[in-house]
Amino acid sequence: MASMLLTSLRSSPLTSVQAAQFAARSLSTSVHLQAQAKSKKTLAKPGVKNIVLVDGVRTPFLQSGTTYADLMPHDLARAALQGLLNRTGLPKDAVDYIVYGTVIQEVKTSNVAREAALGAGFSDKTPAHTVTMACISSNQAMTTAVGLIAAGQCDAVVAGGVEFMSDVPIRHSRKMRKTMLSLNKAKTLGARLSLLGSIRLAHLSPELPAVAEFSTAETMGHSADRLAAAFGVSRLEQDEFALRSHTLAKKAQDGGMLSDVISFKVPGRDIVSKDNGIRPATMEQLAKLKPAFIKPHGTVTAANSSFLTDGASAVLIMSEEKALAMGYKPKAYLRDFVYVSQDPKDQLLLGPTYATPKVLEKSGLTLNDIDVFEFHEAFAGQIMANLKAMESDWFAQTYMGRKTKVGAPPMEKFNTWGGSLSLGHPFAATGCRLVTTVAHRLQKEGGQYGLVAACAAGGQGHAMVIEAYPQ
Amino acid sequence: LYYTISYHIISYHIILYYIMHHSMNLDVFRFNVCTRTHVSYEVKDNVAVVRINDPTSKVNTLGRHMQAELVEVINEIWGNSAVKSAVLISSKPGSFIAGADLNMFQACKTAEEVSYLLQAGQKMFEQIEKSPIPFVAAINGSCLGGGLEFAIACQYRIATKSKKTILGTPEVMLGLLPGAGGTQRLPKMVGLPAAFDMMLTGRNIKADKAKKMGLVHQLVEPLGPGLKSAEERTIEYLEEVAVDFAKGLTGKKVTVEKKKGLMQKVQDFVMGLPPVRKQIYKTVHNKVMKQSKGLYPAPLKIIECVQTGIEKGNAAGYLSESENFGKLAMTSVSRALIGLFYGQVACKKNHFGQPEREVKKLAVLGAGLMGAGIAQVTIDKGVATILKDTTEEGLARGQQQVYKGLNDKTKKKSLTTFERDRIMSLLSGQLDYRGFENADMVIEAVFEDLSIKHKVVKEVEAVIPPHCIFATNTSALPIKDIAAASKRPEKLIGMHYFSPVDKMQLLEIITTSKTSKDTTASAVAVGLKQGKVIIVVGDGPGFYTTRCLAPMLAEAVRALQEGVGPKKLDSLTTGFGFPVGAATLADEVGIDVAAHVAEDLGKAFGTRFGGGNVEVLKMMVQKGFKGRKSGKGCYVYGAKSKEKKVNSGAEDILKSFKLTAPPAVSADEDIQYRLVSRFVNEAVLCLQEGILPDPVQGDIGAVFGLGFPPCLGGPFRFVDSYGADKLVQKMKHFEEAYGNQFTPCQLLLDHAKDSSKRFHK
Repeated sequence: MASMLLTSLRSSPLTSVQAAQFAARSLSTSVHLQAQAKSKKTLAKPGVKNIVLVDGVRTPFLQSGTTYADLMPHDLARAALQGLLNRTGLPKDAVDYIVYGTVIQEVKTSNVAREAALGAGFSDKTPAHTVTMACISSNQAMTTAVGLIAAGQCDAVVAGGVEFMSDVPIRHSRKMRKTMLSLNKAKTLGARLSLLGSIRLAHLSPELPAVAEFSTAETMGHSADRLAAAFGVSRLEQDEFALRSHTLAKKAQDGGMLSDVISFKVPGRDIVSKDNGIRPATMEQLAKLKPAFIKPHGTVTAANSSFLTDGASAVLIMSEEKALAMGYKPKAYLRDFVYVSQDPKDQLLLGPTYATPKVLEKSGLTLNDIDVFEFHEAFAGQIMANLKAMESDWFAQTYMGRKTKVGAPPMEKFNTWGGSLSLGHPFAATGCRLVTTVAHRLQKEGGQYGLVAACAAGGQGHAMVIEAYPQ
Repeated sequence: LYYTISYHIISYHIILYYIMHHSMNLDVFRFNVCTRTHVSYEVKDNVAVVRINDPTSKVNTLGRHMQAELVEVINEIWGNSAVKSAVLISSKPGSFIAGADLNMFQACKTAEEVSYLLQAGQKMFEQIEKSPIPFVAAINGSCLGGGLEFAIACQYRIATKSKKTILGTPEVMLGLLPGAGGTQRLPKMVGLPAAFDMMLTGRNIKADKAKKMGLVHQLVEPLGPGLKSAEERTIEYLEEVAVDFAKGLTGKKVTVEKKKGLMQKVQDFVMGLPPVRKQIYKTVHNKVMKQSKGLYPAPLKIIECVQTGIEKGNAAGYLSESENFGKLAMTSVSRALIGLFYGQVACKKNHFGQPEREVKKLAVLGAGLMGAGIAQVTIDKGVATILKDTTEEGLARGQQQVYKGLNDKTKKKSLTTFERDRIMSLLSGQLDYRGFENADMVIEAVFEDLSIKHKVVKEVEAVIPPHCIFATNTSALPIKDIAAASKRPEKLIGMHYFSPVDKMQLLEIITTSKTSKDTTASAVAVGLKQGKVIIVVGDGPGFYTTRCLAPMLAEAVRALQEGVGPKKLDSLTTGFGFPVGAATLADEVGIDVAAHVAEDLGKAFGTRFGGGNVEVLKMMVQKGFKGRKSGKGCYVYGAKSKEKKVNSGAEDILKSFKLTAPPAVSADEDIQYRLVSRFVNEAVLCLQEGILPDPVQGDIGAVFGLGFPPCLGGPFRFVDSYGADKLVQKMKHFEEAYGNQFTPCQLLLDHAKDSSKRFHK
């Protein structure tokens, strides 16, 4: 990937504006000036409320089975919510509503939003609900918040998401569950004994959850491998992209860019303040790995896929008026967003390809207007396939009903602080990370528009345009 | 409730899997091809990629031309020292090699000629087997007959997991055997039992099963669309993977032999014992004899070839294979089966042109066995269907039948639960006429009573749009009588389905003199979409199929009255090649249905439909012996016992109607010919009267709808091969004893007089 980045840099030399930005960035005082100097039009629309991201935080994203191993999902969510309160100094009763995403549900806390909110000390008068939409669950939480504010029903909403892969619900088999439920109803000892006697070895085999599509029974990694093959993405390209992600994440981590990460004192363990999945390796090391899903000729490996992660995130979303009235300095405007969905078998992970042109059109922007891209990296092969699809007129015409391609984002603007491959991907927490990162990158780099895009199980996708708040 | 001819077991399992483009031609003609059109190759990284693509056909077949180019290319590859391995792949989506050219064998005059052709093919595949460089067969789509034999001569096989990828040796269904080394290589590759199963049933094997059996080494997942269409990219990907494996084989990174599990080792050891093998041959032989009644020579020859190869070595095996293939190609059974194959292909085409409008929304009236069955085969092809009944119980039963039909497929893994749900979402069960205003076709399958049908016609015509076609599913009521109630008889047509609709392949379409051509075209298009083999016949009592069956059943009743027991009757009919015995058939059809049909057609056609006494059937119905559906008919149907017991109540009735059997015409063979000759005579009469448009449709209708012995190829081919004169002689003999139900029709007499007259060329 590094080489690819170089080539793309070579082939599209920095424009003078960008060069000026780079030069200007060293002078921290000139950042504000810079943004205004760009003077692109604002995306505010008459009659539509301006909705802002006040701030966003996340717990460190840890590989599952590590320091968070003994927690429960709502513990992690609580940590993120408390972190948000600390970071913003928000009075707890100022929040009108809480929306939280989760994918793999802990059955004891099926409305994890409410449990976490209560535990985090929010007012028990603040209602909370949980949403689920696979890897775009917290995007859904945020857009739900946007909807509530736009509709005039709320002024301040907390959104977020949590995923806890260290412990997932493993169930008894259906046969066993049926027997056990009947056992509850059995009245006589004889009836109970005969039910117990009906238990066979087959009853005892448990049901494990899998990251597989219900509709097709195909695991996501398998689908990603097929998708990569369909777009002719080579193993080398995937490994290079994975390495790029880790390298950039490491740089961002070391450079203190990941300011959305809060420190979290894990009960019974140490304080955690860093993501622990960032591991830049060498191409040789990556090349050694065997394919993880399609064997022996597949290309998706453990190293070029996102890993199972524990983590939670939270953002504070407000109407601009309310934020200003409370004395906040918002970070960004949340503008147009779209959800898309397509064939869950052969186009499972192509959400960004479908969502990007749609949201750009809605905002009246082109790809060139976007300064910051943050795409969810489920698999290196999935990202590369999306980039190739976005670069293809044939694909746009044949499958998207468009006249021309939308084009692929330039790599120098793309996921420059790492991505899900390296930072980790706690399914329902990733969306808020993407939006917060866009806001932070816009501030740091002086850009005006950012684009978030993500794919999700079920063949769905999402994209959102974010506008820097004038500084 | 439904009085429609219904069968369960008809030989669709024998016929169903006929492969559309099966053909074989293994003759190696080394004429020089200047520019190659069918086979091309390029060398990639020391791997020769040989691409097959017959530009003249939708599928690849091993024809004369293809064969010549292949030989040329393979020789070139062997002569090129830069080539270290080869990949054999088809550029055609959905077809690797579907077989070879049947016409080649049909053109041969003698068995020796055929054997000679085969030996050349055997030699070519043997050379590939012993090739100095490894060959990888990259299989996507049908890999059948000669195509499979080609693939198994290669050193390594990779197949896509596509639904279209099927492997198999269907030769047995054409009365032939895998003649290019198949009987020799398969047993070594997949073991004796599996090889017998493949070759004796001719069944199609899907890629994942093939992998488990050891028929292919590696599977490749089909891809979705990328920068090219899914099909195109999948073939490309298969090639890329195959090239990698070819390189791996050269570099010894990939091994051909897979590690054998303990079970496999034990099985190999056991199979290594001559007495065990002997026992297997014997068991398989007995099983074949039991199922085929000795009427089909091919399965026995397959066993012989396998046995010869294993016990006496390759040379003897190949010789036995080519010689036996030659002999089989000359048998009437093989000709009959091949005739059916071509007939079926012909009956899967729409000869009435493109209909003006495509049927996108269908409505079925009556959620009984037939109605629900019709709905099932319509929605599973993606056509939205309304299923309407008059009662909630009836509707619920019908919807459950559709659900069960689809759910059973999920159990067999031919459908996922998700696909099942999607298909079910196309079904709208209802009690009213909502949505009929958008229907393009209505098929009614209500009770077979003219006044009810009339009522339905009027009700439906009041709600459907003008372009909508009204089809009536009836097994015997003349369509013009039903059409009498219609304001638009040009849009009315008969569609006679066979039960169970999702299993029986035949659809008999009946046109009246007023039915428009577009209506017919539309009905045929719908039937084809439903996967049916279609015959289009003229209107009249019983149309074609029911009309042929009725006299045979009348004769069966006669035989029963004469003291031939149901079991004996069954064994006589199955011994003649009918897949279901006549007594069992009556039970399956329903005794009440049989009685109804016998009475109606008896009235229409008079004494020609006599013989047995209808009162026998009526009495049985009175006593509740309605056949399988009521638990009792000729037999008693218990849930548990496998052995069917004769219903003593029915026997008592038969005794009370007892007739004396005339000894001159009551030998076993006489009884068989009494049954068959009446069937055949009525079929020929249908052709004579113009009910049937041609003998091909007559044969297809009889075999696919009524279970006429496939080995005889249908009534018309039977007359041709048996001889009309001999048949007429027999009938005259019967006529003397019984009267005019055995009077041969004029057309049959014409054929008897002039032996050059034949129904099939």
